[in-house]
Amino acid sequence: MEDNYIESLTTPLTKNTLTAQSALPDENLKAKMSTSDLSVFYGNSPALRNVSLNIFSNEVTALIGPSGCGKSTFIRSLNRMNDTIDICRIEGAVYLDGLNIYEPSRDVVQLRTQVGMVFQKPNPFPKSIFENVAYGPRIHGMAKTKDELHGIVLGSLERAGLLDEVKHRLDTPGTSLSGGQQQRLCIARAIAVRPDIILMDEPCSALDPIATKRIEELITELKAEYTIVIVTHSMQQARRLSDKTAYFHLGSIVEHGETAEVFENPVDERTADYVRGRIG
Amino acid sequence: MTELAFKGPEPDQLRRRHRAEKRFRLIALLSVWLGLAFLSVLFVIVVTSGADAVRQTKILLNISLDSSEFEGGKGSGLAQIRKANFEGLVKRSIRNDFPRAKSRKQKRELAKLVSSGAAYEVREFVEANPEKIGESIDIWVTASDDVDMLLKGKLKRNMPADIRQISDQQLIWLDQLQAEDRLETQFNWTLFTKGDSREPEQAGIAGAMIGSLYSVLVCLLISFPLGVLASIYLESFAPKNGWTSFLEVNINNLAAVPSIVFGLLGLAVFLNFFQLPRSAPLVGGMVLALMTLPTIIIAGRAAIQSVPPSIKEAALAVGASPIQAVFHHVLPLAMPGILTGTIIGTARALGETAPLLMIGMVAFVVDLPVTFTDPATALPVQVYLWSDMPERAFAERTSAAILVLLAFVGALNLTAVILRNKFETRY
Repeated sequence: MEDNYIESLTTPLTKNTLTAQSALPDENLKAKMSTSDLSVFYGNSPALRNVSLNIFSNEVTALIGPSGCGKSTFIRSLNRMNDTIDICRIEGAVYLDGLNIYEPSRDVVQLRTQVGMVFQKPNPFPKSIFENVAYGPRIHGMAKTKDELHGIVLGSLERAGLLDEVKHRLDTPGTSLSGGQQQRLCIARAIAVRPDIILMDEPCSALDPIATKRIEELITELKAEYTIVIVTHSMQQARRLSDKTAYFHLGSIVEHGETAEVFENPVDERTADYVRGRIG
Repeated sequence: MTELAFKGPEPDQLRRRHRAEKRFRLIALLSVWLGLAFLSVLFVIVVTSGADAVRQTKILLNISLDSSEFEGGKGSGLAQIRKANFEGLVKRSIRNDFPRAKSRKQKRELAKLVSSGAAYEVREFVEANPEKIGESIDIWVTASDDVDMLLKGKLKRNMPADIRQISDQQLIWLDQLQAEDRLETQFNWTLFTKGDSREPEQAGIAGAMIGSLYSVLVCLLISFPLGVLASIYLESFAPKNGWTSFLEVNINNLAAVPSIVFGLLGLAVFLNFFQLPRSAPLVGGMVLALMTLPTIIIAGRAAIQSVPPSIKEAALAVGASPIQAVFHHVLPLAMPGILTGTIIGTARALGETAPLLMIGMVAFVVDLPVTFTDPATALPVQVYLWSDMPERAFAERTSAAILVLLAFVGALNLTAVILRNKFETRY
């Protein structure tokens, strides 16, 4: 195993990935978002090397792989959350609707309204449930009137499947909800600014199985309207939820493709070991 | 195998550990009680010696306001009243009470029973009640500080006459006044409404209180916004490079600089270079702000650091700009910590004397300051000044000023607690 890890640092992308890449020009047009040769460095140590991946509209793309393989770094570079880290440096390009989001002229604020994010640990603002959801629309001036804002908030809570549970206590603190409810509140907060893409960084890792199930159902529903990228440590979750899966290993994508393909017929030995539960 | 089995520590060792634990607790408890004991001793001393200052001995005089006294000067109304010889009125009144005092010495001793401020008190009364001119009035006037000390038992009757400061003859007069119920202690309004004076019975801390209030206000207005903005910048926006860490090291060092150095800085920059007025609360506040800034910045940075980064990320992820994320989410959560630091810094500034000495707030100021550029002193400076005075009556006033200073600090801390509770949010 040890040899494999070291080897993987130097071996080029495997066959499966290569075939996907050779189809790039064609697929690139259809892809909602795509990265090309994306490398991320923290200081001098690379966290991602030359990652190229296409993310398609109205699909769930799952990112799997052992801890420290760069999944989170990758997902955070899709809405430039890595900008907040001083020592982080990025090479390559990330295209959203054909435009590079790392162009100097690109407005990060505008980008993040298009690419929303849900974090690993539920992080509602220490404000009321209503304020949590209303914050985004308010700072972007999405609602002209109070009623309009109210409509956006209720609609977002509705779509996040939380409305029935909280509609009578919209002014209680968001932090008073249970973990699963908090995470759905965070999803409502993300969809309130009407993004095209929602990035989810292990959204269920802090939740119990029942809360997890609710979130998974929600993701499946949201797929119809949004493009979803999800990082997960649960093989079963990736399998249940996703249309496409990418397996990350030590900062590179080792294999990606249709979820069923990756899980049933992994081409790379490391992917096979991982998805079959032999490592990780 | 037997070597591997561990049956717990040796009984001896266990006993030693327990003993060490008990010893530590005992020492800790002892030091806490010792600290409390010293504090209460200090407090009891200050309160007991300061309590007397709240009362002041007064003498009831019967003064006849002859119309002839008020006709000499030109002009009319207040201007004319002011020209009258009130000192003479007071002296004549008390001489009438004791007609047997004939010699110069006795007359002088007689006049010394009342404070030199008594004339002003009579004048204020007449100014307020001009219709009383021509009548004879009964008025309580302030007694001299020696009489005051005698009544409060700080000058003993059985002391040798040459060091008693009150002659035997004066004692007889006072006894007579007391027998006629014309000598008593009343609430000392002077202490809380008047400025400084060379005469203890006329001295008040109102000037110092206003000076302190103005200085602290200026200090807060400058140091709080600057300190908060600086800590936000350093914590959330400054690039992490050599220059920033150089700044950080220097801010930490500034917090440890002796306060008199800030006073020197204020003297050199504010007074000599910018030619700002001397002894002014404005400049005092500016100097105190320099001193308070590092404390606020350090506390502010710690408070901002303790806000979970996930909150800021959440705001950024819905498209808030970095400034919005900080001001809408991070700052409100950091506020309790920032306020704590601010109050610690301000409380220190309130009790600071050294930097104020340097910019001239140590002056003898009789008038109450009105604007921020009027000459003023501050409470700790007033304590320092009074503690230097030879008159015995200043001792109790010094303690009273200390109590007022403590009350100021207490009020400041209370405000901080209230504000902190108001801002405190769970997350």
